Amino acid sequence: MASGSGSGSERWSEDLETEVAMAMGTTDVELLKRAWRNEKAAPEILQFEAALVLRAREQIQLLEETVEEFTENGVDDLVVSLYQMDLDRSLFLLRSYLRIRLQKIEKYMIHISKTNLWNRLSEQEQRFAKRCTDIMEKHLEQSVLSRLPYGYQSILKQSISSEEDDMVPEPQLDTFVFCKTKHAVGAFQLDDTGDEIVDLVADDLYVLRYKSIRGLVESGRIDLV
Amino acid sequence: MAGQSDPHLSIFSAPELEFLAEDEMVEVVPNIRMEALHVICGDFGPFFPQIAKVPLWLALALKKRDKCTIRTPEWMSVERLTQVLEAERESPREFQPLPFHYVEISRLLFDHARDDIPDIYMVRSLIEDIRYVRFHKVETGLETISGRTHAVKLKNLSAMEVNIVRPFMVRALQAFYKHDSPQMIQQPQTMGSRRPQVVDRGSRRDLRPR
Repeated sequence: MASGSGSGSERWSEDLETEVAMAMGTTDVELLKRAWRNEKAAPEILQFEAALVLRAREQIQLLEETVEEFTENGVDDLVVSLYQMDLDRSLFLLRSYLRIRLQKIEKYMIHISKTNLWNRLSEQEQRFAKRCTDIMEKHLEQSVLSRLPYGYQSILKQSISSEEDDMVPEPQLDTFVFCKTKHAVGAFQLDDTGDEIVDLVADDLYVLRYKSIRGLVESGRIDLV
Repeated sequence: MAGQSDPHLSIFSAPELEFLAEDEMVEVVPNIRMEALHVICGDFGPFFPQIAKVPLWLALALKKRDKCTIRTPEWMSVERLTQVLEAERESPREFQPLPFHYVEISRLLFDHARDDIPDIYMVRSLIEDIRYVRFHKVETGLETISGRTHAVKLKNLSAMEVNIVRPFMVRALQAFYKHDSPQMIQQPQTMGSRRPQVVDRGSRRDLRPR
């Protein structure tokens, strides 16, 4: 299907995404909850759900306006408070999702700036990360690094003789996470040597190494709990 | 366990788990009439004095203002819970199927809907016994983790139990993996069995006799 303009095709795929989600019986709140849980449990930062966040913000804004209208028109207190509760809950989810991402960015900012994890950030997060890194570098240089002997003044390496950037903290991908799959994945290989094979049945809880299931988490076939 | 006091270790704090549990559906009988609610997470109502399915947070909000009675979920009856408790006691390696958020849901209902639960003291003590037996199984299961464990299957464990045991389990598995990695051995998983069975393929000397 040929589409006229670039933005037209984007909107088409976004609508399609919503339709698919609705057809599968998942609301945006469910998706946001899932993204929040995955982000909380994963050691590294995951792909930013730009479309989802945008839709959530629009819906929240709409609801905020509705609540305002209701209070002005003197609608029953009970109804207003119920709408307000749902609004608060959705806001909490959205904010917590953004907050946990910011936490991870702050923790691993140098590592994120250097690898392709950078592409998982939204534009605002990238600006934040850039400013954070700049401030941090300046601070460390002024307070500590400039006073260390020559050869040890780098932010990235312990000393000039280090082969890699060993002063950069990295997320621990080897950590174990609790996870559940919605549909059976079948025999799944946990490591490279083919020694460890686990049969993943739907709806059972497993504790696995995050590294092994990274791909499944990204493609959305497995949920972290 | 560490996960009960420090939320940072266990990823989710108890209130956050409660937040997740509040989206579960329960049945209520409103004692008022109200038009339909179109909230972000779905559409509910319109409300008449007949059974309606709503999320727990909505049910609790209505209950607090005395606008409904909450119907105790089917799994929270004395008969069902007694069955579950007996089954838990009889199978030392399996967990009985219970709602994922049973701890949080029962807690919220005890706190806000006491008069809607028949035999509340019985129900409460049954749930506490169930929690105790299950957690005891979790602890026994933890003893079987060894350097050969590369995955653990925890069928039917509930959210709160997962959250409490998470820090310890993750760190234990992590430590074993770190110290044992060049010698990981294949482990077939059998259905329904919680303890991983060991197939020894390499020549390894056990430091401790099993």
